[in-house]
Amino acid sequence: MLEWIRELGRGGFRYFEKLGRSTLFLIKTLAGIPAVLARPGLLVAQLLSVGVLSLLIITVSGLFVGMVLALQGYNTLVDFGAEESLGVVVSLSIVRELGPVVTALLFAGRAGSALTAEIGLMKATEQLSGMEMMAVDPIHRVIAPRFLAGFLSMPLLAAVFSAVGIYGGFFVGVGLLGVDDGAYWSQMQAKVDLYDDVLNGVIKSVVFGFVATWIAVFEGYDTVPTSEGVSRATTRTVVHSALAVLGLDFVLTALMFGE
Amino acid sequence: MKQTKSTEMLVGMFIAAGLAALFVLAMKVSNLSTLSTGESYQLIARFENIGGLKVRSPVTVGGVLVGRVSAIDYDNERFQAVVTLDIEEKYNRFPEDTSASIFTSGLLGEQYVGLEPGGLEEVLTDGSQIELTQSAIIIEKLVSKFLFDRAAEGGTE
Repeated sequence: MLEWIRELGRGGFRYFEKLGRSTLFLIKTLAGIPAVLARPGLLVAQLLSVGVLSLLIITVSGLFVGMVLALQGYNTLVDFGAEESLGVVVSLSIVRELGPVVTALLFAGRAGSALTAEIGLMKATEQLSGMEMMAVDPIHRVIAPRFLAGFLSMPLLAAVFSAVGIYGGFFVGVGLLGVDDGAYWSQMQAKVDLYDDVLNGVIKSVVFGFVATWIAVFEGYDTVPTSEGVSRATTRTVVHSALAVLGLDFVLTALMFGE
Repeated sequence: MKQTKSTEMLVGMFIAAGLAALFVLAMKVSNLSTLSTGESYQLIARFENIGGLKVRSPVTVGGVLVGRVSAIDYDNERFQAVVTLDIEEKYNRFPEDTSASIFTSGLLGEQYVGLEPGGLEEVLTDGSQIELTQSAIIIEKLVSKFLFDRAAEGGTE
């Protein structure tokens, strides 16, 4: 029993230690961002692997999410003779919720896990210590460009997701189910507010991008330098990012849309 | 790190696609395209009951959107709702005896203010008040009135 309580205390210490380490790590990373801006080449290379290469899965998912929303929404709305509101249903659900959240989940799975594995392997193969030996700060050289790239890519990816999703809903709703073309867009424009809906969606995606990338680079940097450690860190990245995104989404939604 | 032209090209295309998507969301999806950017002037209308009218509800004439409700207030002295209408400057020739009514679009749709121009020479200017108004129709009132009428009819038969 006593042993069990001690174990609990040790776990608590470990947790707060990690929280503190990750915060210090974040501060160092943020301090390293000016150094990245001085060498934009590093950033561009990371934008390619984090942003551009995630574009395919984001676009395809956005298209299908929009199409499914239109199909499902139509079935419900047609009972009330309100199928003209399909555009509102699709656009509000995507712009407010699904765009930022699904993009962040896919981003954590596609880009976050890759970031963790890459940085973790660099640590396991002592490339990071090698850099330190050569008086190159690995935070400036490796971490900060990846962090900045993820932070910048996420809102852009979420915007692509939302726009593609709304067009996906348009194709199914107007093309397949016969909702009126004009009604789809005009009802949407009447109900979607630039600041309340679109801008809040962008704010969400910025926050998710920050958190998901932070978790990814920290787990990589903090990994136990063995092959097992890297595998665990990668798993943790995906799980923790998903939980953080969903939890934060609730908080942000309550702040933005709760009266 | 070697920087090839194609990498820069791809990243440039990615950023452009992201910004274009944001642009689409702002222009095509949100209400930015329907916001009036031009000058506007204000008219005031008093109603007994505004039903479900909201700030930013549309103001139409003959079905055409000419402005939006900019404020809703309650007059403590006269016990009436005071609705301020923001009308676009280019529609500035409404006669003084124009009437304002609150309608519902469709059976369960949102409520809007419909203006009906009158025939006088003088026109409404900024800040003037619309004298002829008709309140929103409250379905519950209609139903209860109908039921009471039926009951009254049944009683006399």
